[in-house]
Amino acid sequence: MSTNNGTPLSKEEIARYSRHIIIPEFNIEGQRKLKNAKVLVIGSGGLGSPLLLYLTAAGVGTIGIVDFDVVDDSNLQRQVLFTVPDVGRPKVEAAKERLQALNPFINIITYNTQLNSENALEIFKDYDVIADGTDNFPTRYLVNDASVLLGKPNVYASIFRFEGQVSVFNYTNKDGEVGPNYRDLFPEPPPAELVPNCAEGGVIGVLPGMIGTMQANEVIKVITGVGEPLAGRLFLLDAATFETRILKVRRNKNNPLNGENPTQTGLIDYVQFCDVKLPGAVAESEKKEVKEVTVHELKSLQEEGANFQLIDVRETYEYDIVNLAGELIPLKTVTDAAERIAKDKQVIIHCRSGKRSADAIRQLEALFGYDNLYNLKGGVLAYAKEIDTSLPTY
Amino acid sequence: MAKIIIPTPLRKFTNGEAAFESNGGTVKEVVADLVASSAGLGEQILDGSGNLRSFIKVYVGDEDISALDGEATSVDANAVISIVPAIAGG
Repeated sequence: MSTNNGTPLSKEEIARYSRHIIIPEFNIEGQRKLKNAKVLVIGSGGLGSPLLLYLTAAGVGTIGIVDFDVVDDSNLQRQVLFTVPDVGRPKVEAAKERLQALNPFINIITYNTQLNSENALEIFKDYDVIADGTDNFPTRYLVNDASVLLGKPNVYASIFRFEGQVSVFNYTNKDGEVGPNYRDLFPEPPPAELVPNCAEGGVIGVLPGMIGTMQANEVIKVITGVGEPLAGRLFLLDAATFETRILKVRRNKNNPLNGENPTQTGLIDYVQFCDVKLPGAVAESEKKEVKEVTVHELKSLQEEGANFQLIDVRETYEYDIVNLAGELIPLKTVTDAAERIAKDKQVIIHCRSGKRSADAIRQLEALFGYDNLYNLKGGVLAYAKEIDTSLPTY
Repeated sequence: MAKIIIPTPLRKFTNGEAAFESNGGTVKEVVADLVASSAGLGEQILDGSGNLRSFIKVYVGDEDISALDGEATSVDANAVISIVPAIAGG
C-alpha cells in the first residue's frame, strides 16, 4: 500500500468508502487523496447544500465553510442541508452539525463571517481547492482573484431561475499549464439591473441540487485526478428545456491577473468594481427624493376612512401572492395608465420594498407634474412585518 | 436559419421566448435582427455605436466569437448562436 498521500484509511473508513474503493481507476489511492484534501466551500446555500453533503459523504478530510448568514424560512425550498428547527441559527453552525452527523471521520472548519478583501487570502491559504457557491457578483470576482493570486483551482457553479453554469477555473493540468479563470470568461460584471439575484429573480429549487452535485463531482475529480475536469470549458444547463451545452473558455491576454501584462497584484474593492450601471442610469443615492409615508401612517389613514388612492406597481403574479387591496398598475404600464391616478387627493404608491414605487413616482412627477404622490416606505414587506403579521412575505 | 439562444435574464425582452431564428449571415446581422424584434433589448446588450457590450458573451457553436471574427463571424443556416449571461446565484 502506497504511503504517498498522507494519513492512511482506517478499517472503518475502508468499509464506509468501499463503493469508491472498488472503482478500478479510483481505488484506495483516490480515497486517500480525498481524506488528505482540504476544500473550502464559499456559501452554504442552494449550491453549498448539495456540495457540502456530497463532499462530506465522499470523505473529503477537511472541509471549510464560509457563510455569515442565518437560516431563513425561504431557504428551505432548496437548501437541503437545513431543517425547520435550524431557522434562525447561523448556517455554518447548523451545517456543521448536520455534516458531522453524516460523517464523523472528517474535520469541518467554519467561518461565520462575510468573505472580503481583508480576510480572503488568509482563509484561502490553507486549502487545496476552492468551491464557489456564493450568490453575488462581488464575491464571485473576489473568490476568483484570491484563487488566482494563490494558485488554487476554483470550482465554479452558479444558478438563476432555470439556468445553471459549471466550470473549473485556474486549474493546473498534468503538464503544468494553467487554465482560464472567471475573468477570462467574464472580464467585467453586468449592470446590476440586468441580472437580478435569486432573492429578486427566483430560482427553481431543484436546480441547485442538479448543479451543486455536478460541482461536487468536479471537486472530487480535481482532488483525485480521475477523469477530465471541466477546465477550459463551461457547462450550461437550461432546466426548463433540458438544453445542455459545453462551450470553450480560453485564456484572455488582457486578463488583469495573469494575462500578458498583469496589472492587478492584490485584491480590490469588489463592491465598487461590480457597481456597474447601464449608461444613462442614475445611482440610487443620486435619484430625486420622493415623498414618503410609513406603513403606520397608511394604517391610520385606513382606520380613519380617509379619502386617498392606494396603487400597487408590482406584477400580477406578485399581487396574487399578497396584496393590500390597492389598484394594480405594474410599473412598466404606469405612465400609460396616468388617467387612472388621481391628481386631486393623496395617492400612496407601493411595491414590494419601496424601490419600484419610488421609480413610478419619479416618472409620473416628471411626465405629468403630479405633486400628490407618496411612496409607501418599505412596501408590502414592511406592512406585513409591522402592521399585519398574518400576511405572507416573499 | 441561424438560431440564437436567449438566456434567462434577457427573456423578459423576448416575451419569454428561449430562442430566435434569423436569416442573418453574420453574428452582427442576427443580433440586429433579434434586437429589432425585441423591444428594449438593444439598449441592454448594445452600446451607443451598436456594438455588443463588453459583458455580453456570444458564442457560435462552442466557440467564443472573440476567438473567431468577433461580430463579423459568419453564420450558416445550421449555426447555433448563444448569448451567455453572467449569472451569480448560489
